[in-house]
Amino acid sequence: MTRIILTSLLLSFCCYTVLVYLYCDTNKIPPGDIARNGWAVWQKNNCQSCHQVYGLGGYMGPDLTNIAAVRDRKHLYTFIKYGTGRMPNLQLPDEDVNAVIEWLSWVNKTGETKVAASAVRWTGTYSINKQQ
Amino acid sequence: MSILFRTYIRFTLLLLLATLAFGVLSSFAFLYPEIYNHYLPFYQLHPMHVSAALFWIISGATACIIYYKQEAFAQENKKSNAVDIFICLWIATILTIFGFYAFRQFGGREYWEFPPFLCIPLLASWLILMTSYLTSLTKATDRKPLYILMWTTGIAFFLVTFIEQNLWQIPWFRQSLLRDITVQWKANGSMVGAWNQMIYGTSLFIMIKISGDKSIAENKKVLFFYFLSITNLMFNWGHHIYNLPTTSWVRHVSYIISMTEWIFLISIIHGFKSKLEERRKLKHLVSYKFLIAAEFWLYANLVLAIMMSIPAINRYTHGTHITVAHAMGSTIGINTMILLAGIGYMLRVDELPLKQKKAIATGYYITQVSLAVFWAALIAAGMIKGYRNTVLNMSNFQEMMQPVLSALKIFSLAGLGVFAGLLPVIAVYLKAVKNLKPEHNQ
Repeated sequence: MTRIILTSLLLSFCCYTVLVYLYCDTNKIPPGDIARNGWAVWQKNNCQSCHQVYGLGGYMGPDLTNIAAVRDRKHLYTFIKYGTGRMPNLQLPDEDVNAVIEWLSWVNKTGETKVAASAVRWTGTYSINKQQ
Repeated sequence: MSILFRTYIRFTLLLLLATLAFGVLSSFAFLYPEIYNHYLPFYQLHPMHVSAALFWIISGATACIIYYKQEAFAQENKKSNAVDIFICLWIATILTIFGFYAFRQFGGREYWEFPPFLCIPLLASWLILMTSYLTSLTKATDRKPLYILMWTTGIAFFLVTFIEQNLWQIPWFRQSLLRDITVQWKANGSMVGAWNQMIYGTSLFIMIKISGDKSIAENKKVLFFYFLSITNLMFNWGHHIYNLPTTSWVRHVSYIISMTEWIFLISIIHGFKSKLEERRKLKHLVSYKFLIAAEFWLYANLVLAIMMSIPAINRYTHGTHITVAHAMGSTIGINTMILLAGIGYMLRVDELPLKQKKAIATGYYITQVSLAVFWAALIAAGMIKGYRNTVLNMSNFQEMMQPVLSALKIFSLAGLGVFAGLLPVIAVYLKAVKNLKPEHNQ
């Protein structure tokens, strides 16, 4: 009996994993080359230890998912290039700074990090898929 | 026991010490970045703390399994080359990771912040350990009790989730940000379930050894809870990404599965009274004390987890320090307490002189009180942030965080308390490693 339950669970897990890989994103927007470089710069400098994307990451600085929607490129450039009192100056070359800005612009296009109160249903869950 | 295994236990305990030291430093670097940014910035301390914690838990869990499996499988204590290779490779890789952090070289993925090529030796060492474990398992002829099933599940799923969290290196997964984040948190969420299987298996084994009641691991109720816990391991990771605009069924599946945690909660409350008598009899034992603390923290964190698993509530708590309260409450309150019970039982700390046992008891009480303040401060910080961010919709981050920082000052001081409490425990344990013996029958 134990084996049957375990096998069923494992099979369900495998099927669910494939479904998640293939269909979790119904609104795919692939990154351009510069955004992809920006993603690498973001990781190399461990930006996620202080900043969040979709509420995931560190708590030191603001969530940057939609920062490109509320701040212009010049503002973002100054922050990333020179840092602030709380944010260290990472001594990034202009090319890297621009790549990170491009990446943040791409992230912004994928959706909004805040869930609107109107999206919450009586069941306690919500739907925020753009296509629904 | 081999010198190498003793070294592994010492290394594991030093990882706990490093976790606490880097944790305290990180919390002050968070509060006073203007000072720390010149020497040890938060973005450098944070991965040191996280990696030390992660490797303390995994190393501690594997140390307990390596030690207790011989007795659990009723096999002779033979020197295993595979285990020795695992220990050497594992320790060498972890030290290399810290070397990279010292030179500010990062991989930039949450939990796994080191350069990704270092996952290769970690994977190799895990495969060696797994091969050694499975070889011993197939040779064991007796009926296999539940803790063996839990260890096996944990070891196997750690491998699966470790590989899965590295899939981002395949370009197809990076074609979509939502897919990348979904897969990352699917892997990380399930990985926590995997190490919990290893740790809870050890907890069950120790409980049987202390109480002498083998039926604990053989009744239908615990088997039911085992299946429920692996169902949660496999499908209950979606609460990490509720606010991600991914397809809705990911959210719904996770929400439904997470509500089965009420069954765990009701069972704990139901079982509390029946265990009171047993507690009175065994409370003098050091290992039992840590197991009881783990049970309390399990209860507290389960309530928090259930609340956070309701999307309508998660909308306020996501991205706040309530998530940190849950993560740290679980890793310190549950995982660390069980591992200290498991390692303490291995080191026979109950047979130590009274003075050393008193040092552990004092450290134990300081830790529990400090952890309670630490946990409550994080929840308060999270509630303030959630309110200001989601209800008041404040756009200025620094303004939003101002009152949060006050709660975090209490959290940092309580963190110092946790450090001060666990320090004597670690010191006594490190001293006791030389007493480690292969057989352990009571």
